[in-house]
Amino acid sequence: MSSKSNSVSSAPGPAPATAAGPVVAFRGVSVGFGGPPVLEDITFSVAPGETRVLLGPAGVGKSVLLKLTNGLLRPDEGSIQLFGKEISRMPEQWLFALRSRAGMVFQEGALFDSLTVRDNVGYQLIQEGVPDETIDRRVRKALRFVELEETFALYPAALSGGMRRRVAIARALIHKPELLLYDSPTGGLDPVTSTTIIDLIVKERDVYHAPSLLVTHRLQDAFTLCTHRFDAEKGHMVPLPKGETDPNTTFLMLEEGRLIFDGTLHGLLHTENKFVREFLE
Amino acid sequence: MAFDTIERTAKKLVLTVQDYSWFAYRAFLNLFRPPIYWPEFLVQADIIGVGSLSIVVLAGLSTGGVLALQSAATLAAFGATEVTGRFVSLTMIRELGPVLTGVMVSGRNASSMASELGSMVVTEQIDAMRALGVDPMRKLVTPRIFSCIVMLFFLTIVADACGIAGGGLVTVFMNHQNGTQYFAMAYEHLRYPDILQGLVKPLFFGYIIASIGCFYGMRTSGGTEGVGRSTIQAVVSSSVIIIFVDFFITQVMLTLFPAP
Repeated sequence: MSSKSNSVSSAPGPAPATAAGPVVAFRGVSVGFGGPPVLEDITFSVAPGETRVLLGPAGVGKSVLLKLTNGLLRPDEGSIQLFGKEISRMPEQWLFALRSRAGMVFQEGALFDSLTVRDNVGYQLIQEGVPDETIDRRVRKALRFVELEETFALYPAALSGGMRRRVAIARALIHKPELLLYDSPTGGLDPVTSTTIIDLIVKERDVYHAPSLLVTHRLQDAFTLCTHRFDAEKGHMVPLPKGETDPNTTFLMLEEGRLIFDGTLHGLLHTENKFVREFLE
Repeated sequence: MAFDTIERTAKKLVLTVQDYSWFAYRAFLNLFRPPIYWPEFLVQADIIGVGSLSIVVLAGLSTGGVLALQSAATLAAFGATEVTGRFVSLTMIRELGPVLTGVMVSGRNASSMASELGSMVVTEQIDAMRALGVDPMRKLVTPRIFSCIVMLFFLTIVADACGIAGGGLVTVFMNHQNGTQYFAMAYEHLRYPDILQGLVKPLFFGYIIASIGCFYGMRTSGGTEGVGRSTIQAVVSSSVIIIFVDFFITQVMLTLFPAP
């Protein structure tokens, strides 16, 4: 994990393993789309096995940052490395292969509405020409992971908002991604459904150990991620012992396009930054 | 104030032309580079070709009939009603068949392409496709352009045939002229350059319809209202450009193959 100038709080807590190099690395990234900067001088990284939770109020540039991570948007300045490759100036054609190694869950699911759940979840496999029987088997396995196997033949229009997000998670997981990007996966959902989604994200983190970058403005979700682990015997997440947090789940916080916090839950709760304090309260 | 508005509009127009040129260039190159998504090509060929068949048949029949009706009165004044067949077939094959089919297909398919792709853009489905490692230009745009070119070519032939048949029906049953003479005149005075001119045009028009429909669809912004805006822009632009390009193709063809 990199620390950013003096504006970023450093906090105690175990550092994640970085021997293999970061999966994602931002260095001085700015983007403005021809107007005032949406993101300014952003520097951080995601290490292998690490889950980074990106916090901030609505409209602060969180989704833009996520789309910069896999090259869906281009920065005006700075460098972005994905799987060790510089992508900020990489031609679109070369990016497709890199992107397919990362899974992304969009804000509203972004399922293809003209395809069934089976074809949505198995989209990448279909494009690769994998035999139908293998696709069916792997799609069912991915749907079982999100507990939606019964939706196999349905169209997205027949699913509720929460079910679409879960199908989107299954689609992101089916290709065994080396990085997962979640764009407000619980946004607009009721508390019960939100908990189901967070349960799945915790399950993914503790079962597959894929590094991830999760965007949210819901503190409760962020804290649940950090204070829970997946219990394979019970089949759902359980709280960690009091005072313990997941060492590989850390936080970033944006304010008006600038990164103002990069650290652990302990650091977040004890920072002196006024904006962070207000956000937490 | 007014000058600022004109400057902004001009800049926007130039930028749109520049973006479209780049988009059309990439789409054109993709037509010759693998992978070609054949299943998508067949689906689009069905939507564009089979789906537009009924309106093209009806438009062709009516236009041919109207041509025969209108020309008969004028030609009768010169005692030349026997050339009705020649007039209808030449007009249909060289001009009205391709242009009419182009405009009809543009109204039906440029709009559907713009709205379909536009909806995919605003619901992040295009981004999702890119995130899954699939190129939307190849997967969505190239099959539409390829099928539109191929199907417009055949639809134009259908429109030409229906137009000549429509003219024949009016000539025989309403103008009470000789049908054999009508079809003989329609056939005998046709030259290969006339047919060539009529078959070259749909290749350009098909490309214009699909590339403009996809272009406006892929640059949609502003939610559902933006989708509606893209649809209108796609239909208006493709229809106007078809008529504009038709003028140039006709000029070039007449220069290359002058009338005897």
